[in-house]
Amino acid sequence: MKSGIDPDLSLQLAVERLHARYAHALDSDKLEEWPQFFTENGRYRITTAENEDRGLPLSVLYAEGRAMMRDRIQSLRHANIYEPQRYRHMLSAVLLEPVDASVVRSIANFSVIRIMQDGDTVIFASGRYLDRIVLPEMQYEERVVVCDSRRFDTLLAIPL
Amino acid sequence: MLERAWPAEGATRVPYWVYQDEEVYREEQRRIFRGPTWSYLCLEAEIPQPKDFVTTFVGDMPVVVARDPGGVVHAWENRCAHRGALVCMQRRGSAERFSCIYHNWTYDHAGNLTHVAFRNGIAGKGGMPADANPESQSPKQLRVESIGGLVFGTLSESAGSLETYIGPEVLPRLKRVLVKPLKVLGTYTQVLPNNWKLYMDNVKDTYHASLLHLFFTRFRINRLTQKGGVFVSSDGAHHCTYTEMVEDRGDAYEKDGMRSAGSSGFQLEDPRVLEQADEFGDRVAIQILSLFPGFVLHQIRNSLAARQVVPKGIDRTELHWTLFGFIDDDEAMTQRRLLQANLVGPAGYISMEDGAATGFVQRGVAGSPERASVIEMGGSVVGSGDSRITETAVRGLWKAWRQYMQV
Repeated sequence: MKSGIDPDLSLQLAVERLHARYAHALDSDKLEEWPQFFTENGRYRITTAENEDRGLPLSVLYAEGRAMMRDRIQSLRHANIYEPQRYRHMLSAVLLEPVDASVVRSIANFSVIRIMQDGDTVIFASGRYLDRIVLPEMQYEERVVVCDSRRFDTLLAIPL
Repeated sequence: MLERAWPAEGATRVPYWVYQDEEVYREEQRRIFRGPTWSYLCLEAEIPQPKDFVTTFVGDMPVVVARDPGGVVHAWENRCAHRGALVCMQRRGSAERFSCIYHNWTYDHAGNLTHVAFRNGIAGKGGMPADANPESQSPKQLRVESIGGLVFGTLSESAGSLETYIGPEVLPRLKRVLVKPLKVLGTYTQVLPNNWKLYMDNVKDTYHASLLHLFFTRFRINRLTQKGGVFVSSDGAHHCTYTEMVEDRGDAYEKDGMRSAGSSGFQLEDPRVLEQADEFGDRVAIQILSLFPGFVLHQIRNSLAARQVVPKGIDRTELHWTLFGFIDDDEAMTQRRLLQANLVGPAGYISMEDGAATGFVQRGVAGSPERASVIEMGGSVVGSGDSRITETAVRGLWKAWRQYMQV
C-alpha cells in the first residue's frame, strides 16, 4: 500500500538528506567519504559569485571525477600542511527543479563556520550549492559551490 | 625619519621589527609605494574597450585605472578633490565620466576635475569665489606604462622607465611569458594574516619551495636537484627563478632524511592536473617572478597568473590573484589551465601553505622585535646563480628595501 506521501515532498526530503549527510561527513573529518557523494565522473568546483557573474570559468578548487577527488584528499592527508581546523556547515532554503526522471537540480544556501584549534571561530564562507543529482542513486553529478565573497582567509584546504 | 639600526651582520639578518612597526608601515607607504617604484595595477585585458575602468590599489592608496575614449590608459588616485571621498565605488565597469556621489564633482578618464556642482552658484547666489582653486587638491595622477598586457603605474616623476626599473636580468624572463594578448580566466583574493613583506620574501625564497610544499616533492614536481636557476636584478629588488621539466630520479631528499621525501608508490590517480604542454618551447616547468614592491607573475606548468600584493596594515595582506591564458588558446589549453589552477591560490596544492607559513612567522616573532631572521643560505651575496639552495633573492629584497627606506 502506498504511504500517501506526496512524491515531490519525498524527493525534497531525499535531497535534503543527501546535503545533510555530505555536510556531516565534511564537518566530522570523514574526508575519505567525500568522493562517494559524487558519480564516478562527477564534477565538483568552488568558485565565486564574481567569476560567475563575469562569465569567467576559473575555479578556486576543481575536480573532475572521483579519482581527482581522492587525489585531493590524499594530498590533504599526506602532503599539504595546514593548521588543524574544522568546519560547521549550515544549510537552508533547498529548492528543487526536476530535470527529468533521472536528474534533479537543487539550489541551496550554505554558510561554513571555521573553528581553529585555539577556538577562533569565523564565518569562513557563505554562498549557494548548485547541484545536479542523479536518481535513484542520489549522487551529485555536479556540485558547484558559488561563494558570495571573492576573499578566502589564509587557505582553503577542506572542501566546502 | 626612521631611527632604526640594522643588525651588524648586514645582508644575512632581517630584524623582526620590520614586520611589526606601525611607523615602518607608514614610511613604506610614502617611500616605497608612493615613491620611485612601479606598482602593478591590472591587466590591459580587464579594460579592453575605451571607457572601461577597474579600481585597484597602490599600497594603501585607492586607484582608478581607466581607458579614455581614445584608448589611452590612465591611472589616478580614487579620491575626490573636494572632501576626499572615493570617486569610483564600483570594482569595474564602463563609464562616460566619474562623478563623486557626495557632491557630484566630476572627473574624466584621466582623473582631471571637469565639473564642480553649482560652482557659480544659482541665480547669482552661493557658489565658489572666482579665484577658488579646487583643482589644487585634485587626485594624484600616476605615470602609466604597460609590458605585454600588464599595466603598471608610479606616482614618481623621477623614476626611470618601467623597463629600466625592472632591469636586464629579469625583463627577458617577464617577456618570455607575455608573448600574446591575454585573456582573463578568473580572479579571487587570498587574505594573509601577515605583513606584506613576509609574502614577498616567501616568493623570493627558492630554498623553501620543495621543503614546505610537500606536494612538489611527493610527486617529484620540483626538487632542488632539478635543473633551474635564479636571476636577481642588480639592485636586488626583482627576481625570477625557474625549474626545468626534467624528471628527477635522484634520492638527495631521501639521503638527507627529509620530511618531504617521496614515498614510493605515492602518485596521483588522475595526473591531468599536472600534464603540461611546453607552450613556450623551452621546457621550463615553473617560473616565479617578482617585481618590487608587490607583484608576482607565475608560470606553474600551464597555469599563468598575476598576483598583486596589497598591504592592509602591519599584519594583514591581500593577495589579488588574476589567472589568465592567451586569447588564441584552444579549448584543450583552456581546460588544462583550469585544471592546473588546482595547483595555485588559497586551495592550491603547492601554494596553500604559503599563507600558513608566513602567518606563523608573524605570530612567532611577536615577542622578539629585536631578534632577526638568519638568511645565510648561499652566504651573503645578492646575485644570479644556478643553485636554488640559496637565499640570494631574499637578501636582494632587503637590500632594495633598505635602500628605499634609508635604514
